[in-house]
Amino acid sequence: MAKVFEKPHALSDVSMHYCPGCTHGIIHRLVAEVIDELGIEGRTIGVAPVGCSVFAYNYFECDMQEAAHGRAPAVATGIKRAVKDSIVFTYQGDGDLAAIGTAETVHAAARGENITIIFVNNAIYGMTGGQMAPTSLVGQVTQTTPYGRDTSTQGYPIRVCEMLSQVEGAAYLERVAVNNIPNIRKAKKAIKKAFQNQIDGKGFSLIEVLSICPTNWGMSPQESMKWLEENMMPVYPLGVYKDKEQGEA
Amino acid sequence: MAKVTFNEQKCKGCGLCVSVCPKKIISFADNLNAKGFKPAQVVNMDECIGCASCAIICPDCVIEVER
Ligand SMILES: Cc1ncc(C[n+]2csc(CCOP(=O)(O)OP(=O)(O)O)c2C)c(N)n1
Ligand code: SF4
Repeated sequence: MAKVFEKPHALSDVSMHYCPGCTHGIIHRLVAEVIDELGIEGRTIGVAPVGCSVFAYNYFECDMQEAAHGRAPAVATGIKRAVKDSIVFTYQGDGDLAAIGTAETVHAAARGENITIIFVNNAIYGMTGGQMAPTSLVGQVTQTTPYGRDTSTQGYPIRVCEMLSQVEGAAYLERVAVNNIPNIRKAKKAIKKAFQNQIDGKGFSLIEVLSICPTNWGMSPQESMKWLEENMMPVYPLGVYKDKEQGEA
Repeated sequence: MAKVTFNEQKCKGCGLCVSVCPKKIISFADNLNAKGFKPAQVVNMDECIGCASCAIICPDCVIEVER
């Protein structure tokens, strides 16, 4: 018998702190598998965010740098420009990337920085205990929207891929999900493309990954997967939002 | 012939592997691991087809698959 599945080398062997069933762990593994397959562990530098994935620097075997909340794309810009042959990725939640860090995100895309962004959209602030995120759905109950997100006072969800598809500097934008096996395979393919784009010098690539937060959604991991499919996917359709190579998607 | 190996100390008992196994052969052990979770296990390994679905959905890299 041959091994057909084992931990990727680029993922460290420590036990991750994430809640049971949290899909941050799957997304970490996919990134590590891609780093292995592209053979770039030695020259990859990851930038960790503030949020539940703040300890991501403990989980990847490549070099890692922690950024202040939301500033990962700015930190990644500096690293990429200073260490030109490095492969630089950021790993950010929706609070980090689409609330406090919106400016850094948009401007890194506008400048066409040759970096890879892994954007984990779980429609909530996980680390701080389940407050509304810019990506929370209309009507979604959170700690700060106990009667559901009300558009008259809390506005509407931000669709990051759709928004950035209007930014000329962005090269590749795709939204994927990790709610079942076929989608996890597709998510890996997208992440691989986003890293390959950087190797090929194609510019700014962002992969938005729909993810679950069973703890703060108040559901089991299995129920959360279903909730993602039934409630998040209609608001955040999967697909390629921009591929400069193919023209506008 | 196929075999899955669970690193039971890393398992958080989330049950995602249980929900995706096409053969429905994954269950929870009766004992607790050091984290305080009942780890996932396969009792009837003969039925495993080595599809690796359990390993692909596991957020904690608990599972190794041989085929
Ligand atoms: C400057 C600053 N403002 C606010 C916070 C509090 N804070 C920590 S994490 C977080 C949001 C996390 O949500 P998200 O980025 O969606 O990641 P998740 O935890 O859901 O993975 C906030 C607001 C902080 N640490 N620093
Ligand atoms: S709070 Fe939510 S996002 Fe954070 S580790 Fe737990 S399940 Fe994951």
